[in-house]
Amino acid sequence: MRRALTEPPLVRGALLAVALVFLAIFLVMPLVAVFAQALEKGFGAYLTALREPDAWAAIRLTLLTAAIAVPMNLAFGLAASWAIAKFEFPGKGTLLTLIDLPFAVSPVISGMIFVLLFGRQGLLGPFLGAHDVKVIFAVPGIVLATVFVTFPFVARELIPVMQALGNEEEEAARVLGAGGWQIFFRVTLPNVKWGVLYGVILCNARAMGEFGAVSVVSGHIRGLTNTIPLHVEILYNEYNFQAAFAVASLLAFLALVTLLAKSVVEWRSGRAARPEAPVREAA
Amino acid sequence: MSIEVRNVTKKFGTFTAVDDVSVTVPAGELVALLGPSGSGKTSLLRIIAGLETPDAGIVFFEGEDQAQRDVRVRRVGFVFQHYALFRHMTVFENVAFGLRVRPRASRPSVADIRAKVMDLLKLVQLDWLADRRPSELSGGQRQRVALARALAVEPKVLLLDEPFGSLDARIRQELRRWLRRLHDDIRLTSVFVTHDQEEALDVADRVVVMNRGRIEQIGTPQEVFEHPATPFVMTFIGQSAVFAGTVQGGKAFLGSLAAVDFPAHLHEEARPAAGYARPHELEVTRIENGGGGLWATLRHASPAGAVVKLELTDPEGGSLQVEVTREQHEALQAGVGESLYVKPRKLRIFVQEDATSDAPDTPRAPRA
Amino acid sequence: MSSASPRRRVLPGFGLTLGFTLLYLSLIVLVPLSTLALRTASMGWGPFWATVTSPRVLASYRLTFGASLAAAALNGVFGLVVAWVLARHRFPGQKVVDALVDLPFALPTAVAGIALTSLYSPNGWFGRPLEAMGLKVAFTPLGIVVALTFIGLPFVVRTLQPVIEDLDVEVEEAAASLGAGRRQTFAHVILPALFPAWLTGFALAFARALGEYGSVVFIAGNMPMRTEITSLLIITKLEQYDYAGATAIAVVMLVASFLLLGAINRLQSWASRRGAAA
Repeated sequence: MRRALTEPPLVRGALLAVALVFLAIFLVMPLVAVFAQALEKGFGAYLTALREPDAWAAIRLTLLTAAIAVPMNLAFGLAASWAIAKFEFPGKGTLLTLIDLPFAVSPVISGMIFVLLFGRQGLLGPFLGAHDVKVIFAVPGIVLATVFVTFPFVARELIPVMQALGNEEEEAARVLGAGGWQIFFRVTLPNVKWGVLYGVILCNARAMGEFGAVSVVSGHIRGLTNTIPLHVEILYNEYNFQAAFAVASLLAFLALVTLLAKSVVEWRSGRAARPEAPVREAA
Repeated sequence: MSIEVRNVTKKFGTFTAVDDVSVTVPAGELVALLGPSGSGKTSLLRIIAGLETPDAGIVFFEGEDQAQRDVRVRRVGFVFQHYALFRHMTVFENVAFGLRVRPRASRPSVADIRAKVMDLLKLVQLDWLADRRPSELSGGQRQRVALARALAVEPKVLLLDEPFGSLDARIRQELRRWLRRLHDDIRLTSVFVTHDQEEALDVADRVVVMNRGRIEQIGTPQEVFEHPATPFVMTFIGQSAVFAGTVQGGKAFLGSLAAVDFPAHLHEEARPAAGYARPHELEVTRIENGGGGLWATLRHASPAGAVVKLELTDPEGGSLQVEVTREQHEALQAGVGESLYVKPRKLRIFVQEDATSDAPDTPRAPRA
Repeated sequence: MSSASPRRRVLPGFGLTLGFTLLYLSLIVLVPLSTLALRTASMGWGPFWATVTSPRVLASYRLTFGASLAAAALNGVFGLVVAWVLARHRFPGQKVVDALVDLPFALPTAVAGIALTSLYSPNGWFGRPLEAMGLKVAFTPLGIVVALTFIGLPFVVRTLQPVIEDLDVEVEEAAASLGAGRRQTFAHVILPALFPAWLTGFALAFARALGEYGSVVFIAGNMPMRTEITSLLIITKLEQYDYAGATAIAVVMLVASFLLLGAINRLQSWASRRGAAA
């Protein structure tokens, strides 16, 4: 350590203590609380809460939602980053802003716009009612709201990565006679695979954990339109705390896996912590 | 296979990168596109390859219009400036790529691909590095992998963009000799882009000098150096002393030099002009040697191999670079601060054309 | 001239990928969002104004903005310390701590909400001792601040951390060589260099807090006029099928967050210009 840059030991210690105590209170303790409360009545009760049919239904719906939303947004992210990073065209800046738009819309409003569109008194409500199609308070609404809130994740991760890589390798492949799909699968994708994975991890975490937007469109029908977060809410509001935390512990576990996977990808792709990613989440 | 570029123009927005350029590359020749950055040489190369579409004009390979032919099917070998090696593939996989992406019907067998790639790697002396990744190679090695990869598809022309640009000086010299020998062996029609005049003169059969999107001169290295067609070529290739002045009534009045005959401009109207001389074409003496020269003060003398480079200041304060042999320098016995008589043995005078017809700093109409 | 070839792009797939991008963007984002504008336009200015300025709505703005500001400020102070420690100090377990900073992004908000509520409720681990000291957190505005602090924690840290890592240490050494003490160097050299990034992080945390719902509803108590945040009010209106009212409030919040993000964008370009000039 260079001398001129070193705080006195006392100051160093104090700064470290303040930082760690702050993080312990605000990050570690909530996490500990989840697992502690989940196991409050023993492991048997914990498993019982998870085996309950409504909990299973919620898990299945969450997996289904993520299984639709993540591939859709992955396909979009790949297409958008190819168009934006590989070609010049007018209006590119506007397009980038529009892709970021869902990050600027709060969760509740994200759900609400689909109610305005498909709800009983929504724009398409009468039409849907006449054809007996249910979107709001049904699975399609939940999927749509989830797709909306996770919309930018893969694209925003991939676009800068692809832009930084440039076009030379793709042009070289073209000169050597490769076709479009050959270029994409043999040259581009291997170069951006960590970026893709990173975006998918973030997208999936949000898709499985989204609460506000889904809450608006779900209708909270037990066993039918409850995702895991919504099921947690219902259990909690019924004062069934132990069961609520047991189900919540699944999501907390998912969060830890996400953080771990994120760190591994950062390490494998040789990049330091990616501050832009969270920043963009709000922006 | 010969290449012909006919009246090609390419614009990027309002910037004209290539301006109505026509040039022919005979089959089997090694041609250099030489010019400063922004002169349009790389754009022209990319148009020949099919990596850019010209706004106007045609590119012919062996008399065949290439406009409708995608870069994929043009059968060109292209070596990118920064090599553009596939970073996730080994050296072997890089070279094999062009063969492996062929449609199944025309794709060689795995054994044939292997044999071919190893042959090429032997040719570029890299067979012992076949399993390395590009990141584990030196610049010169990457360059040769890029070349082997381009040759693997049996191109009909080879195009190289600043092939030695990102290498250090010693490797660059070695590699360009090697490229010249390789070209002598395989005789593939080749075009390379460079901004280094020494490199162009050293390697190429023919040099195309470009400036501001136009061709200034096409010729052998000898022609371009000895008989520059324009002041730009004169100053861009090699050093030269410049004497600015006018021409009028068959005479040229240039700087502090005495008037010289200039029958090419007999007109009574004075026109701005400039005379150019190479450093070795200036004679330096202690006495006024028959007139026609000027007196200048010696500032500095530095030995450089067989010659001695002299730096002098003329009466107007301009700097003159002169090269004399060691013997001449010893005979001269001149010290710094002394006045010497400088006289061009040979002077190339270029009259400036109308300002409307060209940019003011590129006078035309050559005369030796 | 024979070959007036159409403008061809060397790499394939432009039409396909841009077409899909625009179609998908329109269907998923633009069309649904435009319903908001449509609803508002059909509402008329009078009812709109009456809705967004009714006392209950105004109270929710005050609470939402106030609590968000307080949480962002809290993060502004402690986030700076955390970022500094992570960027400049080396300590055992640092990698884990560093990864954990992103927890609020990864942990679903509902989980954070119930966890914080159980911690700060009157018989919770923190709630009981705090109550003994006469401080109620859960089901008060203070609880909302706690939840919003959790949610906004990574923003200040993650915007500051790379900037601190990129600080040219030679500048600090120069300051030291010119006789500046560590505290003077910090105040006159380091803090000014960090300020644009700090402000950006602060604004991002604030923007995120404004729209937050999941982590707040459990701990807030949700008493109209007292602990009811704007997001909850929108949901309440929706549940009463008052689409117009919900839309009006949503538009106000959306405009606020767009303005804020516009300002943040300008801030970020300022910060990067500052960084480039240093």
